[in-house]
Amino acid sequence: MYSKIISLRFPKDIADQPVVVNLVKKFDLTFNILKAVIYPRKEGFLVMELTGERKDFQRGIRYLKSLGIKVESVAQDIKRDEERCFHCGACTAVCITGALYIKRPEMEVVFNSDKCSACELCVAVCPAQAMSVKFNKALI
Amino acid sequence: MPGKKAHKTIQEINRKIKEGKVVVVTADEMTEIVKRKGPERAAREVDVVTTGTFSPMCSSGAFINFGHAKPAIKAAKVWLNEVPAYAGLGAVDIYIGATEPREDDPLNRVHPGQFPYGGGHVIEDLVAGKRVELRATAYGTDCYPNKGIKKKVKLEELPYAMLLNPRNAYQNYNCAINLSQNIIYTYMGVLKPQGGNVNYATSGQLSPLLNDPYYLTIGMGTRIFLGGGKGHVIGPGTQHNPHAPRGKNGVPIQPAGTLMVMGDLKAMNPRWLAGVSMLGYGCSLAVGIGIPIPVLNPDIARFTGVSDEEIFTQIIDYGSDYPKGQARPLGKVSYAELKSGSIRFNGQDIPSVPLSSYVRALEIANILKEWIQSGEFLLSEAVEPLPGPKPK
Repeated sequence: MYSKIISLRFPKDIADQPVVVNLVKKFDLTFNILKAVIYPRKEGFLVMELTGERKDFQRGIRYLKSLGIKVESVAQDIKRDEERCFHCGACTAVCITGALYIKRPEMEVVFNSDKCSACELCVAVCPAQAMSVKFNKALI
Repeated sequence: MPGKKAHKTIQEINRKIKEGKVVVVTADEMTEIVKRKGPERAAREVDVVTTGTFSPMCSSGAFINFGHAKPAIKAAKVWLNEVPAYAGLGAVDIYIGATEPREDDPLNRVHPGQFPYGGGHVIEDLVAGKRVELRATAYGTDCYPNKGIKKKVKLEELPYAMLLNPRNAYQNYNCAINLSQNIIYTYMGVLKPQGGNVNYATSGQLSPLLNDPYYLTIGMGTRIFLGGGKGHVIGPGTQHNPHAPRGKNGVPIQPAGTLMVMGDLKAMNPRWLAGVSMLGYGCSLAVGIGIPIPVLNPDIARFTGVSDEEIFTQIIDYGSDYPKGQARPLGKVSYAELKSGSIRFNGQDIPSVPLSSYVRALEIANILKEWIQSGEFLLSEAVEPLPGPKPK
């Protein structure tokens, strides 16, 4: 079983069409929507966790892309400024997926972007302001 | 036999440093050495133990003289990047405090406030070599007629810039929990409701004053690593309380001693002085401090050999007790347990979260070790001890 959190950007001409349901029907995938927004210019933005067989997952992604949907791994969306992070650990109090954790005994704060759900809690909590959202936050 | 007991003087250790024969270990390493060899042998073999801490320390700031203007000004109000500095000093002297937010910061009006930029960030920007906008207003006098100036200043161009932190390097600190029903935003970080997490804030067995619990060597005049440069302890810090309860090993189990420290800002490095923003609380400055402890005798070896298992702190409820001013200990926990990632409290496992960087604290202890080994850092004798209790 393969699972990944991805973000989808829908162009405005298909934002009102059923798309995600086809991932279930055609490719036997399951999804968990984490965030969904329709912007004023009618473009859609969706963050979801997509789960299934790796092959089905890849076919599903190809299907989304064929519709003109921009698919990105959400992991790329939360960034850590390695220079600014001083490994205090404050973020680990709020990270719900365990993407940010402390490696022991070194006490180093590790950011495993594969596990990140882009909830952005760490962005506000990080005392060093080392965590940031890569995409244009103003659009959300 | 006196020859058997390892008793040294700071002068002897400095001679060894100059001769390249000094033996320096970090407080982490000393813990193992004392465990293995005992304090007698450790005192004979080790000359200096280096400690370190890197954590937000709110009572920090810098004295700056920004030079006389033409025409001359006696600044009454001063802002650095729109962060107010205290100007009730000589004509062009100011103090910029770490927790001062920008004047236009919405603070906690939208709760929890973000506090993205404050005095700590100004200090970091200056140390990083960035230009900072200085704005001053004045009422004007016969000798200082100028009523306002605005200019960009850079650290290297300032006539004087001294980091002077009234309270740093707290000897032990609370372990914070929130037993209320709502999430809270504190200087101890975010605390989830119903005891969702506990936060703590010292570097444990690496922390300077936990390795010298009775202030036998650390005192006024002690030369230290401060913010990446060299500085000095200039006295007890505010809230210095040597009478806090102590364990049998002499280590306080509550916040106890503190240090006032000072050092030339121009010799510092932004890696060791970082502006911080505590969500819903305010801004501050993370300060890197490293203090060398000369191992003058077996007692000092024993103190520096302290391990996380032997250092305890108390659990305090920040949800209700602390804000009421009625902090009371709800339990005791060791730093070994805190560092393990989870503590047992009231029959439940609670995730424990550090706010103090152990990684950076260790890096500081290692840098100081290198400085001493290479001969570029000599130990200094305290000219006055810190107020403290007599060792048992």
